[in-house]
Amino acid sequence: MPRTLFDKIWDAHVVDKLGDGTCVLYIDRHLVHEVTSPQAFEGLRMAGRKVHRVENTIAVVDHNVPTSPGRLTEVNEPESALQIATLEKNVKEFGVTYFPMSDIRQGIVHVIGPEQGISLPGMTIVCGDSHTSTHGAMGALAFGIGTSEVEHVLATQTLLQKPAKNMLIRVDGKLPEGCSGKDIMLAVIGKIGTGGGTGYVMEFAGEAISALDMAGRLSMCNMSIEGGARAGLVAPDETTFEYIKGRPFAPKGADFDAAVAYWKTLPSDAGAHYDKIVELRAEDIIPQVTWGTSPETVIPVTGSVPNPADEPDEAKRAQMEQMLRYMGLEAGQKIAGTKVDVVFIGSCTNSRIEDMRAAAAVAKGRHVADGVRVLVVPGSGLVKSQAEAEGLAKIFTDAGFEWREAGCSMCLGMNPDKLTPGQRCASTSNRNFEGRQGPGGRTHLLSPAMAAAAAITGKITDVRELV
Amino acid sequence: MDKFTTLTATAAPLNVDNIDTDKIIPARFLKTIKRTGLGKSLFADMRYNADGSEKPDFVLNQERYRRAEILVAGDNFGCGSSREHAPWALKDFGIRCIIAPSFADIFFNNSFKNGLLPIALPEEICATLREDAAMGGNAKLTIDLARQMVIRPNGEEIPFEVDAFRKHCLLNGLDDIGLTLEHAAAITAYEAKIPSWQPKIQGA
Ligand code: SF4
Repeated sequence: MPRTLFDKIWDAHVVDKLGDGTCVLYIDRHLVHEVTSPQAFEGLRMAGRKVHRVENTIAVVDHNVPTSPGRLTEVNEPESALQIATLEKNVKEFGVTYFPMSDIRQGIVHVIGPEQGISLPGMTIVCGDSHTSTHGAMGALAFGIGTSEVEHVLATQTLLQKPAKNMLIRVDGKLPEGCSGKDIMLAVIGKIGTGGGTGYVMEFAGEAISALDMAGRLSMCNMSIEGGARAGLVAPDETTFEYIKGRPFAPKGADFDAAVAYWKTLPSDAGAHYDKIVELRAEDIIPQVTWGTSPETVIPVTGSVPNPADEPDEAKRAQMEQMLRYMGLEAGQKIAGTKVDVVFIGSCTNSRIEDMRAAAAVAKGRHVADGVRVLVVPGSGLVKSQAEAEGLAKIFTDAGFEWREAGCSMCLGMNPDKLTPGQRCASTSNRNFEGRQGPGGRTHLLSPAMAAAAAITGKITDVRELV
Repeated sequence: MDKFTTLTATAAPLNVDNIDTDKIIPARFLKTIKRTGLGKSLFADMRYNADGSEKPDFVLNQERYRRAEILVAGDNFGCGSSREHAPWALKDFGIRCIIAPSFADIFFNNSFKNGLLPIALPEEICATLREDAAMGGNAKLTIDLARQMVIRPNGEEIPFEVDAFRKHCLLNGLDDIGLTLEHAAAITAYEAKIPSWQPKIQGA
């Protein structure tokens, strides 16, 4: 029977089956960070267990670390400092490989996995973080888990799971200038809604996906969770193999060839069954921006904020009104021209070198608008040093942007980088929920190029006018 | 996980519907790095005044219920977020069984995972059990999981339903990890077949 990419990875990892369709699923890679792991390690210790397979496990600090240039000597918030110290104690006690803040390889967990060649095609990858879906761009089955499951994986290297349904998102055609993987994904979520992928694993395919670089694919899979899906997937191809080759933890020499031979068997078979298929044309996509407090509230930058009066459903209408109040927007106003206070370029969605290049291309030779604060936060220490070597950091600092250390930063209000109440932010992150970037903060999700355009003009701007 | 076979203990009556996870353990206590020690914050807003002193009326603050191991609660117990801190806090206080007319789904599942037995019984029966519980430590309830019976202080036996798989896990002290470790041989066999090209994460 023809199988999908998801089916093949699933089948290859079933260790055993329990009666009711639940499987014992083997986990190849377990990424651990400071926020969701303390109770899991505590549980292991209480039960006298050890980490079943340390060579499948890697730990890093990202959510709680400051991203200011002097962070190694600064005093962090006490609760954050405690979580970091606890992780450091746990990795030592259990023998887990760890990238501390002082290591150039440190960065956002979903950036460093692919970057280090830790996340590879055909693998099962988990982490106590919902955006683990990111790694699906490598052609791996990757999903977020809760703290009990973190402990479960640490203790057994498996999870008890039931298979998901298959969804295909097919994007054919050529993506217009000024658009990126982020714009495709925002358009997908706008089309299917935040619940559209519930119960599914989403596979992205079609000409426009094949044409994307790995950064574009990673940012799409990153946000598959925002469309409700358990995970996102892109079949591995030459772009994937080229990206992996030579990365520190990737297979080398004959091992690499053996790996590629296996990886080539993974793409979905012709005629494989999908439970749901969604199709988009790439050439119809216009740079996207969100207006509300849910990722599905997305419109083209050329569009206007919708009017709740046009919404027949009463509950939805009330919700829209609440969003407009929170966001400080008027029904029907053009989204372009909306003034911003802060611009955030970073997060596991858009902090890779390609994202830095896209933002720098817009910022080059220009200067930030008066009164706007711009944070550029590379996804890892290695992205940072590469951007510096390529001269991108200089472009940013010349433009008056802040060039910071690697971490989650202003993606979530959990470390010192936060919005203050009422501040409006053009952000390359993935969630625009109320208070996500700090209590009362207002988030507009968009691509790195669009974020840089907002930084230069001080308002939401169609980047195509600047290139 | 501790085995759950039979439990004879004081039951505390908590006749409030829709006790949500925020009532069980308010969000401000979630920044902890531990799953133990939450018992003192269990029901914090119902149990303590703003200055930290106990509210004498709250059931668990009454001397005869301080060591209660069973809670007879109201409808829709445990609604709200998926946080596992809720069963952790109940367990840490010493509660091992909750009887209520109904439970919220995620809480219900999380309870089993943490060795806490939730028993759903019709409201009339819960009302009777709350009356028994109101007699305090002089009238203990017994939960016999193997026979699926709640035994009242007067000896009357009340049958209850429990998923066979969950029952097996509780009786044998198997949490999901324990259960999975019953498949340890299959895991080892699987690992023996991992291709040699698959790299190991080693050397920090
Ligand atoms: S960058 Fe944001 S979404 Fe990504 S892992 Fe960090 S906090 Fe989560």
